[in-house]
Amino acid sequence: MRKLTRTIVAALLTLPLISGVASAYELVMPTLDYRTGPYAPNGIPFANGYGDYLNMLNERDGGINGARISLVPCETGYNTKKGVECYENLKAEGQSGALVFQPLSTGITYQLIPKASVDEIPIFSMGYGRTSAANGKVFPWVFNFPATYWSQATVFVQYIGQEEGGMDKLKGKKIALVYHNSAYGKEPIRTLEKAAEKFGFEFMALPVDHPGQEQKATWLQIRREKPDWVMMWGWGVMNQVAIKEAASIRYPMDRFIGVWWSGSENDVLPAGDAADGYLSGAFHQPGDDFGAHRDIKKHLYDKGLGLGERDRIGEVLYNRGLVAAMWTSEAIRKAMEIHGTNEVRGKHVRDGFEALEVNEARLKELGLEGFTIPIKITCENHEGPGQVALQQWDAKAGKWNLVSDFYEPLRDITGPLIAEDSAQYAAENSVTERSCN
Amino acid sequence: MIYRETGQFKANYQDDQALFPIDQDRYVIFGILFITFAVVPYLLNQYWLNAILLPFLIYSLAALGLNILTGYCGQLSLGTGAFMAVGAFSVYKLMVAFPELGFIPLVLLSGLITAAVGTLFGLPSLRIKGFYLAVATLAAQFFLIWLFNKVGWFFNYSASGMINAPPMTIFGVIVTGPEANDVAKYYLVATFVAVFALAAKNIARGRIGRNWMAIRDMDIAAELIGVRPLIAKLTAFAVSSFYVGMAGALYFAVWLGSAEPTEAFDINQSFLVLFMIIIGGLGSVLGSFLGAAFLVILPIMLKNILVDGFGTDSALSAHIEIITVGVLIIGFLIVEPHGLARLWRIAKEKLRLWPFPY
Repeated sequence: MRKLTRTIVAALLTLPLISGVASAYELVMPTLDYRTGPYAPNGIPFANGYGDYLNMLNERDGGINGARISLVPCETGYNTKKGVECYENLKAEGQSGALVFQPLSTGITYQLIPKASVDEIPIFSMGYGRTSAANGKVFPWVFNFPATYWSQATVFVQYIGQEEGGMDKLKGKKIALVYHNSAYGKEPIRTLEKAAEKFGFEFMALPVDHPGQEQKATWLQIRREKPDWVMMWGWGVMNQVAIKEAASIRYPMDRFIGVWWSGSENDVLPAGDAADGYLSGAFHQPGDDFGAHRDIKKHLYDKGLGLGERDRIGEVLYNRGLVAAMWTSEAIRKAMEIHGTNEVRGKHVRDGFEALEVNEARLKELGLEGFTIPIKITCENHEGPGQVALQQWDAKAGKWNLVSDFYEPLRDITGPLIAEDSAQYAAENSVTERSCN
Repeated sequence: MIYRETGQFKANYQDDQALFPIDQDRYVIFGILFITFAVVPYLLNQYWLNAILLPFLIYSLAALGLNILTGYCGQLSLGTGAFMAVGAFSVYKLMVAFPELGFIPLVLLSGLITAAVGTLFGLPSLRIKGFYLAVATLAAQFFLIWLFNKVGWFFNYSASGMINAPPMTIFGVIVTGPEANDVAKYYLVATFVAVFALAAKNIARGRIGRNWMAIRDMDIAAELIGVRPLIAKLTAFAVSSFYVGMAGALYFAVWLGSAEPTEAFDINQSFLVLFMIIIGGLGSVLGSFLGAAFLVILPIMLKNILVDGFGTDSALSAHIEIITVGVLIIGFLIVEPHGLARLWRIAKEKLRLWPFPY
């Protein structure tokens, strides 16, 4: 017993020594991963893509402009409370402090939005989180480019209109939304209600409770009501269950559109051939035929440094993690340029995000030509272009293909909603709008 | 030798009935209070206060509440998460509507609202018992969460159904919202917990507490000796819900800052608090604290030791954490089915005889 006590005391005493080794200035990038729990099938590829790209920058270029990146993962299990604990634990990590948080969960994003602005750490909730954060005047510390859920919902409505032969044909059609019954899933409802009013289609919202393994009742209702189109805002195990259920009631897959978090290989593979033709939103290409991917294989996987499995590079969610890492690292590069130093802090990185411009030429330099849409962020617009395309699953070839152009969102619907919601946030939290001149 | 009551004579009934009749107990309690209020806030950093001690204290209050109902009165409840949600949503609506009342009265008020709701859902306990009552409270869990998720009035029609705590001050110090002072938040919650733990200890040994325990031990016998089950059971539901409601209000307003009903107050929350009192010890104030510490602090410590100390991969350490906590729960319950509080009692008995046990 005494021996055990002594060992524990010794271990506790040496703890600060192990963790407190000082070295050259490192860019601390915490990642809130979820490799456990019901959302792990989606959390793992994203975390791998994000980590691999940044590790590749370290191996290939020695970091960003010579400053090495230090990735600090923290496991959240997609649980808000654990996410907050991770945030508190990592926000002051290292010499630089956390430079940017990528929460990858709408619940955690909502928790961190007020905290991060006080701690002066930018939040990059790429295409998720609070939609009205697109209003940079009220949310200076939050960035949700390249497009929000509301933009995406209006894009789906446009796609449906086009398939039906014109927006005026939407009148009298029935569109259902199957959504994760949480802050995340509820995001598009108001937009779709407005769109239903404008174009005269009937809208029905069908919630699915966490984690979404049981959806028989929902799909029975769809079989009874026979909506012309079904949209889905799902995540984790909910996606594959929904696609399997849709297949079992023989719902036409090419009339079933998932949000871009409901469109990865993990979601469609379990349904097999029946998933052929399923659609989802997208803002980047699938596949691994890009320079950046080749560099990742060469500098990481050939040396055994990769985070995931080699044959899963280029999956949809892997590429989503990669594109998030690319934009984040570009923002840090921009921050270094603006402030003329490599020793950037969270508040500098925020300036970098706000001045971020990644155009076609820059994408080409990064080895990602045609991989995603060009973006340009400004002080008042944190959503960026807001353009969304649709991708379709080809079950025979086992891959996703982009099947549409990039649509512009219907800003006449989303604009007033964003203004209204951000004004409500500002009023409730006594935030004053900043000026953007 | 250390823990010996020899020589402590009581000359009147008042001394004999004191809350902590033995000197050593009293010193320990004063010591803990001194450390809690005078040492901890100045010794520990923001991470410790915000991410470890706040949830520990708030869960202790919730566990205390459930312990009153389940541990003292013997009514099994699976609705703790929902009652915490009632507290949270009440305090949210009150904070937005009547900010001028001040934060502490609003927390007490939301406790009272929860007490009313809890009493309502406690009515079935007069007819049904044991596992059947657990099912009835489970209905409360699902119904209330559904209600808060469905009816826009509760979350002021926000697009995502989330509620955000607006900033509020006590004596000019901000205690809710993102700019809140960490030390002030800690003091606020610690004061609530200390005051209401003392109250619980007193209620439990008084007439009401004895009625509860009589009902718990054998309700028919209790009825025969003159305990009225209606009053006893409903007061237990009311007092318990009052505690749980305040815990919910603090959980949302002071600790989390924003919450959505389906995640922050789901069924797992109810189970978590129930496990706290089972592991800590049913019918024991100390047990509520030990159980909360076991299920809140231990996993975080384990994670920090693994990840920061040994550099274990974050996902692997999450798995190790789940396994270890599970094994420890089973281990503790095999060694002592009556919980950690009972272990402490046995330790006290041993200390009393040490170093000459017979």
